[in-house]
Amino acid sequence: MIEARGLTKRYGPTLAVDDLSFEVRPGHVTGFLGPNGSGKSTTMRMILGLDAPDGGGIAVNGSPYRQHRFPLHEVGALLDAKALHGGRSARNHLLCLAKSNRIPRRRVGEVLDIVGLSEVGRKRAGNFSLGMGQRLGIAAALLGDPGILMFDEPVNGLDPEGVLWIRNLLKSLAAEGRTVFVSSHLMSEMALTADHLVVIGRGRLIADTSVKELTTGGALKVVVRSPRPELADVLRLAGASVTAEDGALGVTGLSSDDIGDLAFRNGLPIYELTPKAVTLEEAFFELTENSTEFRAESEARTYERQAS
Amino acid sequence: MTASTLHAPDAGVLAPSGSTLLAAVDSEWTKVRSVRSTMWSLLATVGIVLGLSALLCWAYVNRFDSMSIQDRFGFDPTLHSLRGVQLAQLATGVLGVLVIASEYSTGMIRTTFAAVPQRRTVLLSKALVFGAVTWVVGTIASLGGFLLGQAILSQKGVGVSLGDPGVLRAVLSGGIYLAAIGLLGFALGAILRRTAGAIAVLFGLVLVLPGLAQALPSPWNADISKYMPGQAGSAMLLVHPASDLLSPGTGLVVLVAWVVGLFAAALVLTHLRDA
Repeated sequence: MIEARGLTKRYGPTLAVDDLSFEVRPGHVTGFLGPNGSGKSTTMRMILGLDAPDGGGIAVNGSPYRQHRFPLHEVGALLDAKALHGGRSARNHLLCLAKSNRIPRRRVGEVLDIVGLSEVGRKRAGNFSLGMGQRLGIAAALLGDPGILMFDEPVNGLDPEGVLWIRNLLKSLAAEGRTVFVSSHLMSEMALTADHLVVIGRGRLIADTSVKELTTGGALKVVVRSPRPELADVLRLAGASVTAEDGALGVTGLSSDDIGDLAFRNGLPIYELTPKAVTLEEAFFELTENSTEFRAESEARTYERQAS
Repeated sequence: MTASTLHAPDAGVLAPSGSTLLAAVDSEWTKVRSVRSTMWSLLATVGIVLGLSALLCWAYVNRFDSMSIQDRFGFDPTLHSLRGVQLAQLATGVLGVLVIASEYSTGMIRTTFAAVPQRRTVLLSKALVFGAVTWVVGTIASLGGFLLGQAILSQKGVGVSLGDPGVLRAVLSGGIYLAAIGLLGFALGAILRRTAGAIAVLFGLVLVLPGLAQALPSPWNADISKYMPGQAGSAMLLVHPASDLLSPGTGLVVLVAWVVGLFAAALVLTHLRDA
Protein backbone atom coordinates (compact mmCIF):
# COMPACT_ATOMS: atom_id res chain seq x y z
CA MET A 1 0.00 0.00 0.00
CA ILE A 2 1.33 3.39 -1.03
CA GLU A 3 -0.44 6.55 0.15
CA ALA A 4 0.38 10.05 -1.02
CA ARG A 5 -1.25 13.02 0.75
CA GLY A 6 -0.88 16.55 -0.56
CA LEU A 7 2.52 15.65 -1.99
CA THR A 8 4.36 18.72 -3.26
CA LYS A 9 7.87 19.12 -4.66
CA ARG A 10 9.54 22.25 -5.93
CA TYR A 11 12.79 22.52 -7.90
CA GLY A 12 13.66 26.19 -7.71
CA PRO A 13 10.79 28.09 -9.32
CA THR A 14 9.31 24.95 -10.94
CA LEU A 15 6.53 23.08 -9.22
CA ALA A 16 7.34 19.49 -10.20
CA VAL A 17 4.62 17.86 -8.07
CA ASP A 18 1.63 19.88 -6.95
CA ASP A 19 -0.60 18.76 -4.06
CA LEU A 20 -0.81 15.18 -5.27
CA SER A 21 -2.92 12.66 -3.35
CA PHE A 22 -3.53 9.07 -4.37
CA GLU A 23 -3.43 5.51 -3.10
CA VAL A 24 -1.97 2.41 -4.67
CA ARG A 25 -3.64 -0.78 -3.47
CA PRO A 26 -2.51 -4.39 -3.44
CA GLY A 27 -3.73 -6.94 -5.96
CA HIS A 28 -3.80 -4.60 -8.94
CA VAL A 29 -1.44 -3.22 -11.49
CA THR A 30 -1.77 0.51 -11.01
CA GLY A 31 -0.56 2.54 -13.95
CA PHE A 32 1.04 5.90 -13.31
CA LEU A 33 0.34 7.77 -16.47
CA GLY A 34 1.40 11.18 -17.65
CA PRO A 35 3.35 12.93 -20.38
CA ASN A 36 7.13 13.18 -20.11
CA GLY A 37 8.11 15.69 -17.46
CA SER A 38 4.79 15.50 -15.65
CA GLY A 39 6.36 14.50 -12.32
CA LYS A 40 6.12 10.71 -12.39
CA SER A 41 9.78 10.03 -11.68
CA THR A 42 9.93 12.76 -9.04
CA THR A 43 6.96 11.18 -7.28
CA MET A 44 8.60 7.76 -7.40
CA ARG A 45 11.83 9.17 -6.00
CA MET A 46 9.82 10.65 -3.13
CA ILE A 47 8.16 7.28 -2.49
CA LEU A 48 11.66 5.82 -2.04
CA GLY A 49 12.77 8.67 0.18
CA LEU A 50 15.43 9.76 -2.32
CA ASP A 51 13.92 13.22 -2.66
CA ALA A 52 12.22 14.89 0.28
CA PRO A 53 8.78 16.44 -0.35
CA ASP A 54 8.39 20.19 0.24
CA GLY A 55 4.83 19.62 1.38
CA GLY A 56 2.57 16.73 2.24
CA GLY A 57 3.89 13.23 2.63
CA ILE A 58 4.00 9.75 1.26
CA ALA A 59 3.76 6.53 3.23
CA VAL A 60 4.74 3.01 2.30
CA ASN A 61 2.99 0.33 4.38
CA GLY A 62 1.98 3.06 6.80
CA SER A 63 5.23 4.93 7.36
CA PRO A 64 7.68 7.05 5.37
CA TYR A 65 10.23 4.99 3.43
CA ARG A 66 13.23 6.37 5.28
CA GLN A 67 11.89 4.96 8.55
CA HIS A 68 11.98 1.40 7.23
CA ARG A 69 14.74 -0.98 8.26
CA PHE A 70 15.77 -3.42 5.52
CA PRO A 71 13.15 -1.98 3.11
CA LEU A 72 13.96 -4.33 0.22
CA HIS A 73 11.76 -6.91 2.00
CA GLU A 74 8.82 -4.54 1.58
CA VAL A 75 9.46 -2.49 -1.54
CA GLY A 76 11.31 -3.39 -4.72
CA ALA A 77 11.87 -0.65 -7.25
CA LEU A 78 13.36 -0.16 -10.66
CA LEU A 79 13.84 3.54 -11.29
CA ASP A 80 16.85 3.63 -13.59
CA ALA A 81 18.38 0.48 -15.04
CA LYS A 82 21.69 2.28 -15.55
CA ALA A 83 22.01 3.17 -11.87
CA LEU A 84 24.76 0.69 -11.08
CA HIS A 85 28.53 0.41 -11.12
CA GLY A 86 29.37 -0.90 -14.58
CA GLY A 87 32.52 -2.64 -13.40
CA ARG A 88 30.66 -5.02 -11.11
CA SER A 89 29.19 -8.31 -12.34
CA ALA A 90 25.42 -8.71 -12.29
CA ARG A 91 25.71 -11.36 -9.60
CA ASN A 92 27.94 -9.21 -7.39
CA HIS A 93 25.71 -6.17 -7.88
CA LEU A 94 22.77 -8.19 -6.58
CA LEU A 95 24.89 -9.70 -3.82
CA CYS A 96 25.83 -6.23 -2.53
CA LEU A 97 22.15 -5.28 -2.39
CA ALA A 98 21.17 -8.61 -0.79
CA LYS A 99 23.74 -8.25 1.98
CA SER A 100 22.62 -4.74 2.84
CA ASN A 101 19.18 -6.14 3.67
CA ARG A 102 20.18 -9.54 5.08
CA ILE A 103 18.71 -11.40 2.13
CA PRO A 104 20.21 -14.90 1.79
CA ARG A 105 22.81 -15.37 -0.95
CA ARG A 106 20.81 -18.12 -2.73
CA ARG A 107 18.11 -15.57 -3.53
CA VAL A 108 20.55 -13.89 -5.95
CA GLY A 109 20.62 -17.03 -8.08
CA GLU A 110 16.84 -17.31 -7.88
CA VAL A 111 16.12 -13.81 -9.15
CA LEU A 112 18.72 -14.17 -11.92
CA ASP A 113 16.78 -17.27 -13.02
CA ILE A 114 13.46 -15.46 -12.87
CA VAL A 115 14.67 -12.68 -15.20
CA GLY A 116 16.66 -15.05 -17.42
CA LEU A 117 20.13 -13.68 -16.74
CA SER A 118 21.69 -16.74 -15.06
CA GLU A 119 24.12 -17.33 -17.89
CA VAL A 120 25.50 -13.77 -17.88
CA GLY A 121 25.50 -13.37 -14.10
CA ARG A 122 29.28 -13.23 -13.97
CA LYS A 123 29.60 -10.68 -16.80
CA ARG A 124 30.19 -7.00 -16.11
CA ALA A 125 26.84 -5.23 -15.86
CA GLY A 126 28.30 -2.20 -17.69
CA ASN A 127 28.40 -4.19 -20.93
CA PHE A 128 24.74 -5.20 -20.75
CA SER A 129 22.29 -4.12 -23.44
CA LEU A 130 19.41 -1.88 -22.41
CA GLY A 131 17.09 -4.88 -22.26
CA MET A 132 19.47 -6.92 -20.10
CA GLY A 133 20.02 -3.91 -17.83
CA GLN A 134 16.25 -3.60 -17.46
CA ARG A 135 16.04 -7.29 -16.51
CA LEU A 136 18.84 -6.86 -13.97
CA GLY A 137 16.97 -3.91 -12.46
CA ILE A 138 13.85 -6.08 -12.17
CA ALA A 139 15.92 -8.84 -10.56
CA ALA A 140 17.11 -6.29 -7.99
CA ALA A 141 13.51 -5.24 -7.33
CA LEU A 142 12.43 -8.86 -6.76
CA LEU A 143 15.41 -9.62 -4.51
CA GLY A 144 13.64 -9.15 -1.16
CA ASP A 145 10.42 -10.82 -2.38
CA PRO A 146 8.58 -7.58 -1.54
CA GLY A 147 4.84 -6.98 -1.33
CA ILE A 148 5.18 -3.66 -3.17
CA LEU A 149 6.83 -3.32 -6.57
CA MET A 150 7.45 -0.12 -8.40
CA PHE A 151 8.78 0.27 -11.94
CA ASP A 152 9.55 3.50 -13.78
CA GLU A 153 8.99 3.08 -17.52
CA PRO A 154 9.99 -0.60 -17.48
CA VAL A 155 9.30 -1.31 -21.16
CA ASN A 156 11.46 1.53 -22.47
CA GLY A 157 13.93 0.22 -25.01
CA LEU A 158 12.76 -3.38 -24.83
CA ASP A 159 12.14 -5.60 -27.84
CA PRO A 160 8.59 -6.95 -28.36
CA GLU A 161 9.46 -10.20 -26.58
CA GLY A 162 10.76 -8.24 -23.58
CA VAL A 163 7.67 -6.03 -23.53
CA LEU A 164 5.42 -9.07 -23.47
CA TRP A 165 7.50 -10.60 -20.71
CA ILE A 166 7.23 -7.50 -18.51
CA ARG A 167 3.50 -7.27 -19.13
CA ASN A 168 2.98 -10.85 -17.96
CA LEU A 169 5.33 -10.39 -15.03
CA LEU A 170 3.46 -7.31 -13.79
CA LYS A 171 0.12 -9.07 -14.07
CA SER A 172 1.26 -12.20 -12.27
CA LEU A 173 2.85 -10.14 -9.49
CA ALA A 174 -0.46 -8.36 -8.97
CA ALA A 175 -2.35 -11.66 -9.16
CA GLU A 176 -0.21 -12.89 -6.26
CA GLY A 177 -1.68 -10.06 -4.21
CA ARG A 178 1.20 -7.62 -4.51
CA THR A 179 0.94 -3.90 -4.97
CA VAL A 180 2.30 -3.08 -8.42
CA PHE A 181 2.86 0.54 -9.40
CA VAL A 182 4.20 1.15 -12.88
CA SER A 183 4.74 4.43 -14.69
CA SER A 184 4.51 5.02 -18.39
CA HIS A 185 3.92 7.78 -20.90
CA LEU A 186 2.43 5.21 -23.28
CA MET A 187 -1.31 4.91 -22.76
CA SER A 188 -1.45 1.98 -25.21
CA GLU A 189 0.90 0.03 -22.93
CA MET A 190 -1.13 0.88 -19.84
CA ALA A 191 -4.35 -0.18 -21.58
CA LEU A 192 -2.87 -3.66 -21.88
CA THR A 193 -1.32 -3.93 -18.44
CA ALA A 194 -3.03 -1.78 -15.84
CA ASP A 195 -6.31 -2.27 -13.97
CA HIS A 196 -6.22 1.08 -12.25
CA LEU A 197 -4.79 4.42 -13.34
CA VAL A 198 -3.36 7.42 -11.61
CA VAL A 199 -3.08 10.09 -14.30
CA ILE A 200 -1.04 13.23 -13.74
CA GLY A 201 -0.16 16.26 -15.84
CA ARG A 202 2.21 19.02 -14.80
CA GLY A 203 2.51 17.47 -11.35
CA ARG A 204 -1.23 17.56 -10.62
CA LEU A 205 -3.67 14.71 -10.31
CA ILE A 206 -5.94 14.53 -13.35
CA ALA A 207 -7.65 11.23 -12.71
CA ASP A 208 -7.58 8.38 -10.21
CA THR A 209 -9.80 5.76 -11.74
CA SER A 210 -10.06 2.25 -13.11
CA VAL A 211 -9.18 1.71 -16.75
CA LYS A 212 -12.77 0.51 -17.33
CA GLU A 213 -14.33 3.67 -15.90
CA LEU A 214 -12.02 5.88 -17.88
CA THR A 215 -12.80 4.23 -21.20
CA THR A 216 -16.55 3.77 -20.74
CA GLY A 217 -17.35 6.63 -18.42
CA GLY A 218 -16.98 9.29 -21.08
CA ALA A 219 -19.61 9.99 -23.72
CA LEU A 220 -19.93 7.02 -26.01
CA LYS A 221 -19.73 7.89 -29.67
CA VAL A 222 -21.73 6.20 -32.42
CA VAL A 223 -20.70 6.38 -36.05
CA VAL A 224 -23.69 6.50 -38.40
CA ARG A 225 -23.63 6.33 -42.17
CA SER A 226 -26.72 7.22 -44.18
CA PRO A 227 -27.32 8.44 -47.79
CA ARG A 228 -29.84 11.01 -46.43
CA PRO A 229 -28.19 14.11 -44.93
CA GLU A 230 -31.42 15.12 -43.12
CA LEU A 231 -30.72 12.34 -40.59
CA ALA A 232 -28.32 14.76 -38.89
CA ASP A 233 -31.16 17.23 -38.21
CA VAL A 234 -33.43 14.47 -36.92
CA LEU A 235 -30.76 13.35 -34.47
CA ARG A 236 -30.02 16.91 -33.35
CA LEU A 237 -33.73 17.47 -32.70
CA ALA A 238 -33.66 14.39 -30.48
CA GLY A 239 -30.92 16.05 -28.40
CA ALA A 240 -27.76 14.47 -29.80
CA SER A 241 -24.64 16.34 -30.80
CA VAL A 242 -23.61 15.44 -34.32
CA THR A 243 -20.37 16.01 -36.16
CA ALA A 244 -19.57 15.22 -39.77
CA GLU A 245 -16.85 12.62 -40.02
CA ASP A 246 -15.60 11.83 -43.50
CA GLY A 247 -18.79 10.66 -45.14
CA ALA A 248 -20.39 9.60 -41.86
CA LEU A 249 -21.81 11.22 -38.74
CA GLY A 250 -20.26 11.08 -35.30
CA VAL A 251 -23.10 11.05 -32.80
CA THR A 252 -22.89 11.46 -29.05
CA GLY A 253 -25.76 11.69 -26.60
CA LEU A 254 -27.85 8.89 -28.11
CA SER A 255 -27.33 5.17 -27.98
CA SER A 256 -27.14 3.13 -31.20
CA ASP A 257 -30.57 1.66 -30.38
CA ASP A 258 -32.12 5.14 -30.15
CA ILE A 259 -30.49 6.18 -33.42
CA GLY A 260 -31.79 3.05 -35.20
CA ASP A 261 -35.34 3.63 -33.91
CA LEU A 262 -35.30 7.31 -34.91
CA ALA A 263 -34.10 6.51 -38.42
CA PHE A 264 -36.73 3.82 -38.83
CA ARG A 265 -39.57 6.08 -37.66
CA ASN A 266 -38.46 8.77 -40.09
CA GLY A 267 -38.03 6.35 -42.94
CA LEU A 268 -34.33 7.07 -43.37
CA PRO A 269 -32.07 4.20 -44.45
CA ILE A 270 -28.89 3.45 -42.51
CA TYR A 271 -25.80 1.78 -43.99
CA GLU A 272 -23.67 1.71 -40.87
CA LEU A 273 -24.31 2.02 -37.17
CA THR A 274 -21.19 1.47 -35.06
CA PRO A 275 -20.90 2.18 -31.34
CA LYS A 276 -17.28 3.29 -30.68
CA ALA A 277 -15.64 2.52 -27.38
CA VAL A 278 -13.39 5.36 -26.32
CA THR A 279 -9.82 4.12 -26.30
CA LEU A 280 -7.68 4.84 -23.31
CA GLU A 281 -5.57 6.99 -25.59
CA GLU A 282 -8.53 9.21 -26.50
CA ALA A 283 -9.66 9.42 -22.89
CA PHE A 284 -6.17 10.36 -21.85
CA PHE A 285 -5.87 13.08 -24.45
CA GLU A 286 -9.24 14.44 -23.44
CA LEU A 287 -8.14 14.55 -19.82
CA THR A 288 -4.78 16.19 -20.43
CA GLU A 289 -6.27 18.61 -22.96
CA ASN A 290 -8.66 19.82 -20.32
CA SER A 291 -5.80 20.32 -17.93
CA THR A 292 -3.83 22.37 -20.46
CA GLU A 293 -6.92 24.45 -21.27
CA PHE A 294 -7.46 25.09 -17.61
CA ARG A 295 -3.87 26.17 -17.29
CA ALA A 296 -4.05 28.45 -20.33
CA GLU A 297 -7.22 30.03 -18.95
CA SER A 298 -5.82 30.70 -15.54
CA GLU A 299 -2.66 32.11 -17.07
CA ALA A 300 -4.72 34.41 -19.26
CA ARG A 301 -6.59 35.60 -16.22
CA THR A 302 -3.35 36.34 -14.45
CA TYR A 303 -2.18 38.41 -17.41
CA GLU A 304 -5.47 40.31 -17.47
CA ARG A 305 -5.14 41.09 -13.82
CA GLN A 306 -1.61 42.28 -14.28
CA ALA A 307 -2.64 44.44 -17.25
CA SER A 308 -5.50 46.14 -15.43
CA MET B 1 10.22 -18.29 -17.18
CA THR B 2 7.28 -16.74 -15.46
CA ALA B 3 6.80 -15.21 -12.08
CA SER B 4 5.32 -18.47 -10.81
CA THR B 5 8.69 -19.13 -9.19
CA LEU B 6 8.08 -16.19 -6.89
CA HIS B 7 6.84 -16.75 -3.41
CA ALA B 8 3.58 -15.38 -2.13
CA PRO B 9 4.06 -11.91 -0.67
CA ASP B 10 4.51 -11.64 3.04
CA ALA B 11 1.28 -10.61 4.65
CA GLY B 12 2.85 -9.18 7.78
CA VAL B 13 6.19 -8.11 6.45
CA LEU B 14 8.99 -10.31 7.74
CA ALA B 15 11.85 -7.85 7.81
CA PRO B 16 14.87 -9.41 9.46
CA SER B 17 16.10 -8.16 12.77
CA GLY B 18 19.64 -7.10 13.58
CA SER B 19 21.91 -4.18 13.02
CA THR B 20 21.48 -2.16 9.85
CA LEU B 21 25.06 -0.96 10.27
CA LEU B 22 26.54 -4.47 10.26
CA ALA B 23 24.48 -5.41 7.20
CA ALA B 24 25.63 -2.22 5.46
CA VAL B 25 29.25 -2.93 6.35
CA ASP B 26 28.88 -6.45 4.90
CA SER B 27 27.43 -4.91 1.72
CA GLU B 28 30.17 -2.29 1.40
CA TRP B 29 32.86 -4.91 1.96
CA THR B 30 31.38 -6.89 -0.95
CA LYS B 31 31.36 -3.69 -3.05
CA VAL B 32 35.04 -3.03 -2.40
CA ARG B 33 36.04 -6.59 -3.28
CA SER B 34 33.92 -6.84 -6.42
CA VAL B 35 35.40 -3.95 -8.39
CA ARG B 36 38.77 -4.53 -9.97
CA SER B 37 39.81 -0.85 -10.05
CA THR B 38 39.76 -0.74 -6.24
CA MET B 39 42.16 -3.66 -6.07
CA TRP B 40 44.46 -2.06 -8.64
CA SER B 41 44.54 1.24 -6.75
CA LEU B 42 45.44 -0.54 -3.52
CA LEU B 43 48.16 -2.55 -5.27
CA ALA B 44 49.45 0.70 -6.76
CA THR B 45 49.64 2.18 -3.26
CA VAL B 46 51.89 -0.65 -2.07
CA GLY B 47 53.91 -0.55 -5.30
CA ILE B 48 54.54 3.19 -5.04
CA VAL B 49 55.75 3.02 -1.43
CA LEU B 50 58.01 0.01 -2.01
CA GLY B 51 59.35 1.26 -5.34
CA LEU B 52 60.15 4.77 -4.16
CA SER B 53 61.76 3.46 -0.97
CA ALA B 54 64.01 1.14 -2.96
CA LEU B 55 64.89 3.84 -5.51
CA LEU B 56 65.69 6.60 -3.00
CA CYS B 57 67.65 4.37 -0.62
CA TRP B 58 69.59 2.87 -3.49
CA ALA B 59 70.41 6.38 -4.75
CA TYR B 60 71.51 7.42 -1.27
CA VAL B 61 73.75 4.39 -0.91
CA ASN B 62 75.32 5.19 -4.28
CA ARG B 63 76.04 8.81 -3.31
CA PHE B 64 77.08 7.96 0.23
CA ASP B 65 80.86 7.80 -0.33
CA SER B 66 81.00 11.25 -1.91
CA MET B 67 78.81 12.93 0.73
CA SER B 68 79.99 15.50 3.27
CA ILE B 69 79.76 14.82 6.99
CA GLN B 70 76.97 17.41 7.41
CA ASP B 71 74.88 15.72 4.71
CA ARG B 72 75.34 12.41 6.43
CA PHE B 73 74.52 13.92 9.80
CA GLY B 74 71.07 15.27 8.93
CA PHE B 75 69.95 11.99 7.40
CA ASP B 76 66.74 10.36 8.70
CA PRO B 77 66.89 6.76 7.40
CA THR B 78 63.32 5.99 8.51
CA LEU B 79 61.81 8.99 6.73
CA HIS B 80 63.94 8.26 3.67
CA SER B 81 62.39 4.80 3.33
CA LEU B 82 58.86 6.23 3.87
CA ARG B 83 59.07 8.99 1.22
CA GLY B 84 56.80 6.91 -1.01
CA VAL B 85 53.95 7.53 1.41
CA GLN B 86 53.86 11.16 0.27
CA LEU B 87 53.23 10.01 -3.30
CA ALA B 88 50.99 7.07 -2.43
CA GLN B 89 48.66 9.43 -0.56
CA LEU B 90 47.49 10.56 -4.00
CA ALA B 91 46.41 6.99 -4.77
CA THR B 92 44.48 6.48 -1.52
CA GLY B 93 43.07 10.01 -1.67
CA VAL B 94 41.75 9.53 -5.21
CA LEU B 95 40.42 6.10 -4.30
CA GLY B 96 38.59 7.64 -1.34
CA VAL B 97 36.95 10.18 -3.64
CA LEU B 98 36.00 7.45 -6.13
CA VAL B 99 34.47 5.13 -3.53
CA ILE B 100 31.63 7.61 -2.99
CA ALA B 101 31.67 9.98 -5.99
CA SER B 102 31.50 7.11 -8.49
CA GLU B 103 28.23 6.04 -6.89
CA TYR B 104 26.88 9.50 -7.58
CA SER B 105 28.22 9.63 -11.16
CA THR B 106 26.79 6.20 -12.07
CA GLY B 107 23.51 6.70 -10.21
CA MET B 108 24.30 3.68 -8.02
CA ILE B 109 23.83 5.90 -4.97
CA ARG B 110 20.05 5.92 -5.54
CA THR B 111 20.04 2.12 -5.61
CA THR B 112 22.15 2.14 -2.44
CA PHE B 113 19.92 4.63 -0.61
CA ALA B 114 16.80 2.74 -1.70
CA ALA B 115 18.29 -0.39 -0.11
CA VAL B 116 19.55 1.43 3.00
CA PRO B 117 17.52 4.61 3.53
CA GLN B 118 19.52 5.42 6.69
CA ARG B 119 22.03 7.51 4.77
CA ARG B 120 24.32 8.19 7.69
CA THR B 121 24.58 4.43 8.16
CA VAL B 122 25.57 4.10 4.49
CA LEU B 123 28.26 6.76 4.80
CA LEU B 124 29.54 5.38 8.09
CA SER B 125 29.74 1.81 6.78
CA LYS B 126 31.55 2.93 3.64
CA ALA B 127 34.03 4.93 5.70
CA LEU B 128 34.59 2.02 8.11
CA VAL B 129 35.25 -0.48 5.33
CA PHE B 130 37.34 1.84 3.20
CA GLY B 131 39.24 3.22 6.21
CA ALA B 132 40.04 -0.28 7.49
CA VAL B 133 41.15 -1.52 4.06
CA THR B 134 43.42 1.46 3.37
CA TRP B 135 44.79 1.34 6.90
CA VAL B 136 45.75 -2.35 6.54
CA VAL B 137 47.13 -1.89 3.02
CA GLY B 138 48.86 1.35 4.02
CA THR B 139 50.48 -0.31 7.03
CA ILE B 140 51.70 -3.19 4.88
CA ALA B 141 53.09 -0.69 2.35
CA SER B 142 54.71 1.43 5.04
CA LEU B 143 56.24 -1.55 6.83
CA GLY B 144 57.39 -3.09 3.56
CA GLY B 145 58.90 0.18 2.36
CA PHE B 146 60.75 0.58 5.64
CA LEU B 147 62.16 -2.97 5.69
CA LEU B 148 63.17 -2.80 2.01
CA GLY B 149 64.79 0.61 2.45
CA GLN B 150 66.69 -0.39 5.59
CA ALA B 151 67.94 -3.56 3.90
CA ILE B 152 69.45 -1.36 1.17
CA LEU B 153 70.78 1.28 3.58
CA SER B 154 72.43 -1.39 5.76
CA GLN B 155 74.97 -1.88 2.99
CA LYS B 156 76.57 1.32 4.28
CA GLY B 157 75.63 0.61 7.87
CA VAL B 158 73.23 3.57 8.12
CA GLY B 159 70.04 1.57 8.46
CA VAL B 160 67.90 1.55 11.60
CA SER B 161 65.65 -1.14 13.06
CA LEU B 162 62.03 -1.08 14.25
CA GLY B 163 63.30 -1.36 17.83
CA ASP B 164 65.12 2.00 17.71
CA PRO B 165 63.42 4.90 19.53
CA GLY B 166 60.60 6.51 17.55
CA VAL B 167 61.02 4.25 14.53
CA LEU B 168 58.06 1.90 15.01
CA ARG B 169 55.83 4.89 15.71
CA ALA B 170 56.92 6.56 12.48
CA VAL B 171 56.44 3.40 10.41
CA LEU B 172 52.95 2.71 11.81
CA SER B 173 52.07 6.36 11.18
CA GLY B 174 52.59 5.68 7.47
CA GLY B 175 49.51 3.43 7.41
CA ILE B 176 47.47 5.85 9.51
CA TYR B 177 48.47 8.73 7.24
CA LEU B 178 47.47 6.88 4.05
CA ALA B 179 44.10 5.88 5.54
CA ALA B 180 43.48 9.42 6.83
CA ILE B 181 44.15 11.05 3.45
CA GLY B 182 41.93 8.38 1.88
CA LEU B 183 39.11 9.25 4.30
CA LEU B 184 39.67 12.95 3.63
CA GLY B 185 39.12 12.21 -0.06
CA PHE B 186 36.04 10.17 0.86
CA ALA B 187 34.54 13.01 2.89
CA LEU B 188 35.22 15.52 0.10
CA GLY B 189 33.72 13.11 -2.45
CA ALA B 190 30.57 12.82 -0.31
CA ILE B 191 30.33 16.59 0.13
CA LEU B 192 30.96 17.57 -3.50
CA ARG B 193 29.50 14.43 -5.19
CA ARG B 194 31.74 15.08 -8.21
CA THR B 195 34.90 13.10 -8.84
CA ALA B 196 36.92 15.83 -10.56
CA GLY B 197 35.92 18.57 -8.16
CA ALA B 198 36.64 16.49 -5.07
CA ILE B 199 40.06 15.40 -6.36
CA ALA B 200 40.93 19.02 -7.16
CA VAL B 201 39.95 20.20 -3.69
CA LEU B 202 41.79 17.30 -2.04
CA PHE B 203 45.02 17.99 -3.91
CA GLY B 204 44.63 21.69 -3.25
CA LEU B 205 44.23 21.06 0.46
CA VAL B 206 47.09 18.59 0.75
CA LEU B 207 49.58 19.88 -1.82
CA VAL B 208 48.85 23.45 -2.93
CA LEU B 209 47.52 25.35 0.10
CA PRO B 210 50.53 24.68 2.35
CA GLY B 211 52.72 26.29 -0.35
CA LEU B 212 50.38 29.27 -0.67
CA ALA B 213 50.29 29.69 3.09
CA GLN B 214 54.07 30.05 3.04
CA ALA B 215 53.57 33.26 1.06
CA LEU B 216 51.68 34.85 3.95
CA PRO B 217 53.59 37.23 6.21
CA SER B 218 55.34 35.76 9.25
CA PRO B 219 54.31 34.27 11.67
CA TRP B 220 51.08 33.19 9.97
CA ASN B 221 52.88 31.40 7.17
CA ALA B 222 54.42 28.69 9.35
CA ASP B 223 51.50 28.55 11.76
CA ILE B 224 48.87 28.02 9.10
CA SER B 225 50.78 25.63 6.92
CA LYS B 226 51.74 23.26 9.74
CA TYR B 227 48.06 22.77 10.58
CA MET B 228 47.19 21.71 7.03
CA PRO B 229 46.35 17.98 6.81
CA GLY B 230 49.39 17.01 4.73
CA GLN B 231 51.87 18.83 6.97
CA ALA B 232 50.24 17.59 10.16
CA GLY B 233 50.39 14.04 8.82
CA SER B 234 53.99 14.38 7.69
CA ALA B 235 54.96 15.34 11.22
CA MET B 236 53.93 11.85 12.31
CA LEU B 237 56.43 10.25 9.93
CA LEU B 238 59.46 11.94 11.52
CA VAL B 239 61.61 10.13 14.04
CA HIS B 240 63.17 13.42 15.20
CA PRO B 241 60.58 16.23 15.39
CA ALA B 242 61.29 19.17 13.06
CA SER B 243 61.06 22.82 14.17
CA ASP B 244 58.64 23.90 11.40
CA LEU B 245 56.24 20.98 11.97
CA LEU B 246 53.99 19.91 14.83
CA SER B 247 55.05 17.13 17.22
CA PRO B 248 54.01 13.64 16.01
CA GLY B 249 51.25 13.40 18.63
CA THR B 250 49.79 16.82 17.85
CA GLY B 251 50.11 16.03 14.14
CA LEU B 252 47.94 12.95 14.62
CA VAL B 253 45.32 14.92 16.55
CA VAL B 254 45.19 17.65 13.89
CA LEU B 255 44.95 15.15 11.03
CA VAL B 256 42.17 13.21 12.77
CA ALA B 257 40.37 16.51 13.45
CA TRP B 258 40.43 17.30 9.70
CA VAL B 259 38.98 13.89 8.87
CA VAL B 260 36.31 14.02 11.58
CA GLY B 261 35.33 17.61 10.73
CA LEU B 262 34.89 16.99 7.01
CA PHE B 263 33.20 13.65 7.61
CA ALA B 264 30.70 15.29 9.97
CA ALA B 265 29.91 17.87 7.27
CA ALA B 266 29.46 15.02 4.78
CA LEU B 267 27.04 13.23 7.14
CA VAL B 268 24.89 16.31 7.62
CA LEU B 269 24.77 17.23 3.92
CA THR B 270 24.08 13.68 2.76
CA HIS B 271 21.24 13.36 5.24
CA LEU B 272 19.61 16.62 4.16
CA ARG B 273 20.08 16.68 0.39
CA ASP B 274 18.02 14.96 -2.29
CA ALA B 275 19.91 12.01 -3.73
